[in-house]
Amino acid sequence: MENIIEVKHLTYRYQADDPRPALNDVSFTVHAGEWLAIVGHNGSGKSTLAKSLDGLLPFTTGEITVGGIQLTPETVWQVREKIGMIFQNPDNQFVGATVEDDVAFGLENRQMPRTEMLPRVKAAIARVGMSEFAQREPSSLSGGQKQRVALAGIVAIAPDVLILDEATSMLDPQGRREMLALVRELRQTQHLTVISITHDIDEATIADRVLVIDDGQLVDEAAPATIFAQGERLVELGLDLPFTEKLKAALRQRGIEPPADYQGAAEMEEWLWQSLSNT
Amino acid sequence: MSNFIFGRYLPLNSVVHRLDPRAKLLLSFCYIGLVFMANNLVSYLIIIAFTLGSILASKISLGFFLKGIRPLIWLIVFTVVLQLLFSPVGGHVYFHWAFVNITQFGLVNSGYIFIRFLLIIMMSTLLTLSTQPLDIATGLASLMKPLRWVRVPVDTLAMMLSIALRFVPTLMDEANKIMNAQRARGVDFGEGGLLKQAKSLIPLMVPLFMSAFNRAEDLSTAMEARGYQDSEHRSQYRILTWQRRDTITWIIFVVAFAAILATRRW
Repeated sequence: MENIIEVKHLTYRYQADDPRPALNDVSFTVHAGEWLAIVGHNGSGKSTLAKSLDGLLPFTTGEITVGGIQLTPETVWQVREKIGMIFQNPDNQFVGATVEDDVAFGLENRQMPRTEMLPRVKAAIARVGMSEFAQREPSSLSGGQKQRVALAGIVAIAPDVLILDEATSMLDPQGRREMLALVRELRQTQHLTVISITHDIDEATIADRVLVIDDGQLVDEAAPATIFAQGERLVELGLDLPFTEKLKAALRQRGIEPPADYQGAAEMEEWLWQSLSNT
Repeated sequence: MSNFIFGRYLPLNSVVHRLDPRAKLLLSFCYIGLVFMANNLVSYLIIIAFTLGSILASKISLGFFLKGIRPLIWLIVFTVVLQLLFSPVGGHVYFHWAFVNITQFGLVNSGYIFIRFLLIIMMSTLLTLSTQPLDIATGLASLMKPLRWVRVPVDTLAMMLSIALRFVPTLMDEANKIMNAQRARGVDFGEGGLLKQAKSLIPLMVPLFMSAFNRAEDLSTAMEARGYQDSEHRSQYRILTWQRRDTITWIIFVVAFAAILATRRW
């Protein structure tokens, strides 16, 4: 598979003489079309990494290539064309006065003529199911709805890569589920590469691949099943366990030995049924 | 705050509501000039008819306008009484004591001033009641465009105005939340002497400032990530269209204006 993003030996320091860089010699690649989750506890450097990818933070040393373009101060706007970002706080990234103005914001910046903008904005709002809210102001929307509007803004500009920088961390469980379902759907229809940066483990389990980052360093890189089977080590890294792993730990304490490899909720349910019907 | 009508928006569907905000803004400015042009009974009758006509066309009940005047009533009474008591001698003198003169001239003039106040407040209330703040901002930005020739950064100002308006309710919510949070920790707002009241505002203002900085930081990052470079090199999604009803309204206004100039005592 083709690599859409390549990161080589990336190091970032907020202050030039900082002895502990926020990112320390990070290297990885992102394949076109995959869903990559980057997990780590608070302050591990996840958001710094996300902002570096979009050129929002000028990194100290290293090299980032997005879609064949090397990220430099000259190419930063070209790179941003290819990347759409959704941030954590739904309120603080809502630029427009109403939903449709906000969706149009990215298009206005690309100097798209108005006649082209109108159908595109309308289609993008319909795509995320916000048509009846098109004229609404942000103060009358819920957090989940605001994040959906942010997604509509991404749909309108149709980038290659979507970076979710803890985009669901301020939403309620229902808003989070809806948002992730929508991203999954968009990824298939729009051929997006998704990088989701999160400390929500359940969000990471739906990824194709997981990068674990700790104190600015990449400590692990594998499929979710491999990462989440590590139980105790995740806790040491300051991460939470997925629900099924917590259940297994509780079973072990009670002397029941579940299988060691990672299982999703459905597989776990199946295993429980089987072991119960065998006895 | 809730019975303060001036500056609020009342969503209704009327001709006045559907007018182009630029037409309405310009009209309100010119109207104020027009009010000061009228100086006799006939010209005042014309302008009162024009104002009442606009209010009727807006479908907003007259009660709203009277409520809008209420907070300003003391200012009006004060000015009118001052004009009444201390006007220069002219016409028939009804009452004279020391330097206080109540004359025919003064009586008529204070009547005029009273009507002027009323009309200007009513018209500006009509403007804000019938136009969404967002439309007022777009209209102002569009009217400011000629200032580009004297190098005023009109697009940047328009962007600032639109962001400021969009964040007003968000920051109001935030201020409320901070106030309640501080109340829960024992701060008494609006109690005690002036100095104590001013001091009690600090636990509201400082966190509000801090959060405004954080918001600004987040917003600028988000704007940059969405390709915002500077406000000049952008296309426009929201545009205003001048329609036939705007032209008709202006024709009516110009006719009224001409009638007032014709009947005015020069």
